[in-house]
Amino acid sequence: MLEISLSHRLPALDLDVDFTAPEGVTALFGPSGAGKTTVVNAVAGLLRPDRGRIVVNGEVLLDTEAGICLPPHKRRIGYVFQDARLFPHLSVKSNLLYGQRFNSSKTAPEFDRIIEMLGLGALLDRRPAALSGGEKSRVALGRAILSNPRMLLMDEPLAALDAARKAEILPYIERLRDEVKLPILYVSHAPAEVARLATSIALIETGRLRGFGPAREILSDPTLAPALGQREAGAVISGRVQEQEDDGLTRIETAGGPVLLPYPAGQPGQSLRLRIHAGDVTLAVGRPEGLSALNILPVTVAELRPAGPPSVYARLKMGDEHLLARLTTRSVEALGLTEGMVCHAIIKAMSVASEDVG
Amino acid sequence: MSWLSPSDWQAVVLSLKVAGWATLLSLPPGLFVAYALARWRFPGRSLVNGLVHLPLILPPVVTGYLLLIGFAPNGIIGAALARIGITVAFSWRGAALAAGIMAFPLMVRAIRLAIEAVDPKLEQAASTLGASRIASFATITLPLILPGILAGSITAFAKAMGEFGATITFVSNIPGQTQTLPLAIYSQLQVPGREAEAARLVVISVTLALGALLVSEWLARRIAARIAGQS
Repeated sequence: MLEISLSHRLPALDLDVDFTAPEGVTALFGPSGAGKTTVVNAVAGLLRPDRGRIVVNGEVLLDTEAGICLPPHKRRIGYVFQDARLFPHLSVKSNLLYGQRFNSSKTAPEFDRIIEMLGLGALLDRRPAALSGGEKSRVALGRAILSNPRMLLMDEPLAALDAARKAEILPYIERLRDEVKLPILYVSHAPAEVARLATSIALIETGRLRGFGPAREILSDPTLAPALGQREAGAVISGRVQEQEDDGLTRIETAGGPVLLPYPAGQPGQSLRLRIHAGDVTLAVGRPEGLSALNILPVTVAELRPAGPPSVYARLKMGDEHLLARLTTRSVEALGLTEGMVCHAIIKAMSVASEDVG
Repeated sequence: MSWLSPSDWQAVVLSLKVAGWATLLSLPPGLFVAYALARWRFPGRSLVNGLVHLPLILPPVVTGYLLLIGFAPNGIIGAALARIGITVAFSWRGAALAAGIMAFPLMVRAIRLAIEAVDPKLEQAASTLGASRIASFATITLPLILPGILAGSITAFAKAMGEFGATITFVSNIPGQTQTLPLAIYSQLQVPGREAEAARLVVISVTLALGALLVSEWLARRIAARIAGQS
């Protein structure tokens, strides 16, 4: 549990946020300059806010009213910087073990396990200058974890990497979330990363909290969709791989029924997240016939929210999960869509990108 | 070395001793002042910066005279030192002090440049890993600025070896006590017919200076290579 309440005035920003993050990955999401890095720097102790209170798992790190402000080295908060910040004069191994020099407790994370998990075994004797961008990110991640922190801060750890390297690192962060179970505060302005990793989302705009809640709810909230960006808005649903079919399609069981994807998405039985862009969802009032799209899911219109002409965001309920669809006002009127109406959501298999599945 | 007279030897040994102590004693305060100027924003920073550079811009005679006033047995600092049994005026210690003060700005400049080249974000990263300020300085910044410290020390040493004006003003020109190489050369030149002796001392000066430079270049390359991880 991480309680954050901050107010801080910078020349270009007036920050005032207040939220309590539960277990798992909490994504601080918002455009550049919204104040996300200011928040994590305050948690790390690298910035002293004008007013605020920060409590991690019951331990007060900052309370300006009570005059408490622990220095960074006493906070035990691992920080993975965007620019890695490896120590250039130390080997990868010495970088990884740097935090343990100052760690008095006996409960240090197991070195071998973290090295294996992050695939660092072959890099230990190298210097940071001889590492690729993706390798540097992994070493930075390992260094932060091995300092035995109570939580991790990650400030756009993937922003400097290309798509291939991102795809290389994401599974490691997922394993961190699922296996090490460290609370993580994850700064990003990339919705794909957030959809893939976040348990909760804090949506920040110009220093204010626009929305906070479980990732599924925030991503399928039609009122917040414009803030995510028209091209990027889209809900996340969970699924389980059923089988790999002979024609190359993968069948995935979801709350709304089976969904077919045009590429291998994992072993049968594996759980994964599917991010469905709001612009890729088509609605039909009756069950459509003679359509090329493979995925037709029965849904209920839970909420219709105009997002300025000519578009409307619709939250669609299927089982206990939601889809988000972006429609024109004209289609909503032509179909006579109202809240509570039962209809069909159509998702073209080919429109779901592989980076949105994992 | 038979071509060196005992008095020549005396001057060489004294010069090395004076310059060595001058460098050694100005290193810790030089490191501190350089760090403060590079990393801290504090009121009076420009004033400190100006004071540090003062010996560089003042005529050396003036620096020597100010030292004389301060450190003479009846001067403010001199009297205090005399009470604990240390005399500075007209001794090799005074020569080391004068040389150290003249070399101080060069030392600070070199180290400050090196510190400014180290990304302060690395120290931040160290602090999030549990290192206190002192620990992150000792484990991150200090190893990274070693070439700068070395360069500063060598320049300071060379400056101290060559220091003339402040030394002769402050501690005079006493053979065996305060007569360093430059002062010895100057003394020889005052006496008609001693050009050969002066030339010998000049050759020694040039050799020592060049030798120090070569050694420092070699050391700096080795340290830089070690930091970059190529050795």
